[in-house]
Amino acid sequence: MSTQQQEPESQESPQDPEMKGTESPQQRRLKEKEEGMVDEHAEEEAEAAGETVHIKVFRYDPEVADKQEPRFDDFHVPFEKGMTVLDAVMYARDEFDSSLTFRHSCRQAVCGSDAFFVNGSQMLGCKTQLSELEQPVRIEPLPHQEVVKDLVVDMDHFYDQMHAVEPYFQDEDTPAASDLEEQRQSPENREKIKMSSRCIWCGACMSSCNIAAGDNEYLGPAAINKAYKFAMDDRESEEIKEHRLRILEQEHGVWRCQTQFSCTEVCPKDIPLTEHIQELKREAVKKNLKFW
Amino acid sequence: MYEHDVLVVGAGGAGLRAAIAAHEAGADTAIVSKLHPVRSHTGAAEGGINAALQEGDDWELHAYDTMKGSDYLADAPAVETLAQDAPEDTMRLEHWGMPFSREEDGRVSQRPFGGLSYPRTTYAGAETGHHLLHTMYEQVVKRGIQVYDEWYVMNLATTDEEDPNDRQCEGIVAYDVQTGTVEGFKANQGVILATGGPGQAFDHTTNAVSCTGDGHAMAYRAGAPLEDMEFIQFHPTSLPSTGVLISEGVRGEGGILYNNEGERFMFEYGYANNSGELASRDVVARAELDEVAEGRGVKDEYVHLDMRHLGEERILDRLENILHLAEDFEGVDGLVEPMPVKPGQHYAMGGIEVDENGQTCIDGLYAAGECACVSVHGGNRLGGNALPELIVFGKRAGAHAAGDDLGEPEIRTGYGDDVEDDDTELPVAPGASGLDSADSVAADGGVAAETGTLEQAVERERARVDRLMDKDSGVQHAEIRAKLQNAMTDYVNVFRNEEGIEKALEIIRECREEYQDVYVDDPSTTFNTDLQQTIETRNLIDVAETIALGALVRNEFRGAHWRQENQVRDDENWLKHTLVSWDDGEPSIFYRPVILEGEEKTYEPKVRSY
Ligand SMILES: Cc1cc2nc3c(=O)[nH]c(=O)nc-3n(C[C@H](O)[C@H](O)[C@H](O)COP(=O)(O)OP(=O)(O)OC[C@H]3O[C@@H](n4cnc5c(N)ncnc54)[C@H](O)[C@@H]3O)c2cc1C
Ligand code: SF4
Ligand code: FES
Repeated sequence: MSTQQQEPESQESPQDPEMKGTESPQQRRLKEKEEGMVDEHAEEEAEAAGETVHIKVFRYDPEVADKQEPRFDDFHVPFEKGMTVLDAVMYARDEFDSSLTFRHSCRQAVCGSDAFFVNGSQMLGCKTQLSELEQPVRIEPLPHQEVVKDLVVDMDHFYDQMHAVEPYFQDEDTPAASDLEEQRQSPENREKIKMSSRCIWCGACMSSCNIAAGDNEYLGPAAINKAYKFAMDDRESEEIKEHRLRILEQEHGVWRCQTQFSCTEVCPKDIPLTEHIQELKREAVKKNLKFW
Repeated sequence: MYEHDVLVVGAGGAGLRAAIAAHEAGADTAIVSKLHPVRSHTGAAEGGINAALQEGDDWELHAYDTMKGSDYLADAPAVETLAQDAPEDTMRLEHWGMPFSREEDGRVSQRPFGGLSYPRTTYAGAETGHHLLHTMYEQVVKRGIQVYDEWYVMNLATTDEEDPNDRQCEGIVAYDVQTGTVEGFKANQGVILATGGPGQAFDHTTNAVSCTGDGHAMAYRAGAPLEDMEFIQFHPTSLPSTGVLISEGVRGEGGILYNNEGERFMFEYGYANNSGELASRDVVARAELDEVAEGRGVKDEYVHLDMRHLGEERILDRLENILHLAEDFEGVDGLVEPMPVKPGQHYAMGGIEVDENGQTCIDGLYAAGECACVSVHGGNRLGGNALPELIVFGKRAGAHAAGDDLGEPEIRTGYGDDVEDDDTELPVAPGASGLDSADSVAADGGVAAETGTLEQAVERERARVDRLMDKDSGVQHAEIRAKLQNAMTDYVNVFRNEEGIEKALEIIRECREEYQDVYVDDPSTTFNTDLQQTIETRNLIDVAETIALGALVRNEFRGAHWRQENQVRDDENWLKHTLVSWDDGEPSIFYRPVILEGEEKTYEPKVRSY
């Protein structure tokens, strides 16, 4: 297997730099590499490691002529033990094509920026070992989200849904600074909200949900889970809990969920999303709120 | 052009807290951040927040531990403010709904941490930072504070008086990552930099990819000095392959370090006979590298951290996140095997010089959080002291910028008559030279403390983007960045000596020269991370240089700064802060005495033993 970089895509969109009148810097670089100006450093590393991993990465840029038509690019990345999907795309970007675009930051599964669609499933790039995946590894942006460029999707709708559930603690009478005695919370109650409080807003669940795909107004699993965290926290009053349940049981709220469990399956933080949604349905019924 | 009273740059713990305080003080406040707030690096903090909450503990003990931990290079007024305000500010988080871990009686739990004389680290599992960040973001949403997310701040707009102490910050110039437009943001009352650490100056770091020292570099080029940059904390327990952090909470809960012979080396070889694994971080990091150097490391690279004996129940209760990290990033099951660990760059004790109110020497320019140096950490930060710093000094900076009267600061900033100049001969000419000619691609607003009005600043940044984009061959930022990171890790790491630091300065110089030929390959204006990283790399060069310069001139051994030639803490000559300021295209170095006098007492330097 060749160690060097990308072979211009074959099946999805044939790309021939020669055919274009003006050459983009990307195309030029590509050509240089094909003509043998390969990265020696990369080659040595690959040789030492003895293998490379073949990744196919989705490419799209509304502005750049040869990327307006979505395509996949192939990269052969030298493999090292412990390497994650994020490591591979970073390597591809730094060594082969610096225009390859994706969000990432923490590299440790807490910032939630690098949820991708890898071999047909939503996952965090930084948390997924390459060795666990079948090759070639297909890396795409999250489905059901508008693609901004390459692996970057528009998250605005996701944020809007999160904000729609009033995601902030609402205790009525915060004491003045001088006597800011802590509120008590039982360890059991803290345990109860523990899993729901882990959400990192990666959007994987929303992207995997068929209902959300068909109903743009559906609050979706992440937002409902966020509301669960507050609704189940004993530190908030009963009235506020009721207010929260009213938001949740509206037409595009909890009752839309058809317990398909896809959100729960993909959540990188193992949050039992479907279960939380079911529990909120039961709470709404108990409280005798009207339901749809 | 956008306009607000207070502009906060950065949406990590410090930025969010500053914005809430400014908003509460009545200012029209906006946050501008290159990442969506919940993606900020504060979310990675694991261990906890130090605050004297319980009976039997008090703020004075917290202040004392902090002064000692700093190796007597922290300023007492700042440390006392931190210790005094932390309890209330932590409780405020609790009232905002932060899910702290709880005791049986419902009170928040506290645990022991390195260098603390009382178990005062308040925590939320092993994911304290995640909860802190989300809780504060929720409050920002509640208040309707405007957030410009995925806007990259490129530079400050400051006026052009000769003396930085007379300059005024008018606003910022930022670039919309989604669309590529460069716009000015006018700040009627103040700009608060809360851009986080510069960890990406090093190769092996626990810091996020976004920690590129942007705020440091922008403030520095505008004329605000950077203080104590040589003091970089290397955390003793990061995973060898990625740098991902294994929280000090593991040792706090009783985790043990072993060498390849199964010896508990912290005691066996006398590195810290009293505190063992819980000695402060610099001590443990050196001990680990000594073990490796003596041939007692595992695979000649790392040591083992064992928590198996704590039992599954306790681990799951308090350290569950650590199990996931070890599993996902190293393929190790912490319940049945020890975890590999080695020191990694972790935290910058130094930063933009500010006083207790968050002010720099430039009028209207503030800094808070890891990018700032008040200074509460001195030569070494105690674990669990950064998060309270974010909330205490973030809040103060926000309130002060919005016009609250916080009283006269005791800490002075900027060049003044209380400083001492430096006469060290430098191995290479540091600084810009050549980069400031307007037609160089590398020329960027602020290089030679280029200043002026906001409109001028916007024009300059637009021209800078055009230059970078128009050039279509040269070197790429990734190459320069890797070279810089390797130089810092090779020569300005846990162990340092003059020869090595000089070598680092030479390589930094080369990076600067290569940067003159940098170009952006991606022609797109949509989400052009290539362009963003190219600008970040320039900032890293500036910041790395100040770290190396500080390390070179401070020829003593203090806190995290270990110097081979001089193995003693030299209180006679070095109870002073190192300041580097950008002066007409060159760094100049000066010193200001440390303030050891507190409210009631003076913190007398003692031998720091654990
Ligand atoms: C793994 C890890 C664990 C830690 N654990 C603890 C702990 O247990 N206890 C403790 O006290 N401390 C801990 N620390 C230290 C502490 O977490 C950090 O010092 C702190 O979170 C930094 O917060 P900040 O608000 O200053 O910056 P950050 O959280 O890094 O935020 C920086 C913000 O600035 C923005 N930004 C940066 N540059 C620009 C730009 N050019 N334009 C626009 N926006 C910009 C970013 O988008 C981001 O929003 C830990 C650190 C690490 C790395
Ligand atoms: S619930 Fe899970 S999958 Fe959904 S956004 Fe949160 S962390 Fe991601
Ligand atoms: S990079 Fe932060 S979650 Fe993957």
